[in-house]
Amino acid sequence: MVIFDKPHALADVPLHYCPGCTHGIIHRLVAEVIDELGIEGKTVGIAPVGCSVMAYNYFNCDMIEAAHGRAPAVATGVKRALPENIVFTYQGDGDLASIGMAETVHSAARNENITVIFINNAIYGMTGGQMAPTSLPGQITQTSPYGRDVNHCGYPIKICEMLSTLDGPEYVARVAVNNVKNVRAAKKAIKKAFENQVNGLGFSLVEVISSCPTNWGLTPEKALEWVESKMIPYYPLGVYKDRHADSNE
Amino acid sequence: MAKLTFKTDNCKGCGLCVNACPKGVLSLAADKINKKGHHPVEAVAPEKCIGCAFCATMCPDCIIKVEK
Repeated sequence: MVIFDKPHALADVPLHYCPGCTHGIIHRLVAEVIDELGIEGKTVGIAPVGCSVMAYNYFNCDMIEAAHGRAPAVATGVKRALPENIVFTYQGDGDLASIGMAETVHSAARNENITVIFINNAIYGMTGGQMAPTSLPGQITQTSPYGRDVNHCGYPIKICEMLSTLDGPEYVARVAVNNVKNVRAAKKAIKKAFENQVNGLGFSLVEVISSCPTNWGLTPEKALEWVESKMIPYYPLGVYKDRHADSNE
Repeated sequence: MAKLTFKTDNCKGCGLCVNACPKGVLSLAADKINKKGHHPVEAVAPEKCIGCAFCATMCPDCIIKVEK
């Protein structure tokens, strides 16, 4: 009996991510959810710009590559033109929380019936580890070698807290993938975000606290410890908004 | 006893599976190098495997298949 194997929706190719990068775990969770809901044939994914720019190579469903930060706008167009299809975006923090902030906020405010998977690893990974809008106060990056000075660079943006103040979005949750327990909780949240779209409920965003061992300068193991000790206290996990929380129980 | 199968050439030797395993089944092979140039994971104590799939759950590269 097979207990665990690669999901069908995940392409059988090597991933280009650095050793220990949790993008691979989150790709797999999304693919598992696509498998379980049986929606691979009608799912359209929107890839971002960033480390996961080549996500279109890794999912067996249809994929579109969007301009930097514009994935929710592209997803809006696809979903409105093809309302029977399931549309998700997969975006990093440099993509969603920086250049794509307007698209993110407005698609949430319009309650577009799309699913957004937001990977927050507090750094720009692909371009070599610059400070991101989500970098923690005091965090050392290529462009903040003495640590992020909040008097000069401002404070990190907490996307879930911010979007949950809007009337628009259906579901906003933050999860992490630093241990087995959190990975399983992350899958539940991602599944709910896709189910909401299948049920026509509207905009669902799942923020996944991820790691970047290479640009944090840590081993994969230490990077996950850093997620636990530094990231999660600043970005508390949980469901920030769920308009149909009672009816789902 | 559960059976583990690895796509060894896709392994990047990150070791997250080794840390996730509650039974000490896995280890990175210090004396082997795969096509990517990493020390790949191997089961050093396969008889201890209980099939919990914690290793596969934490593997970012989806190289582990678990059967029971």
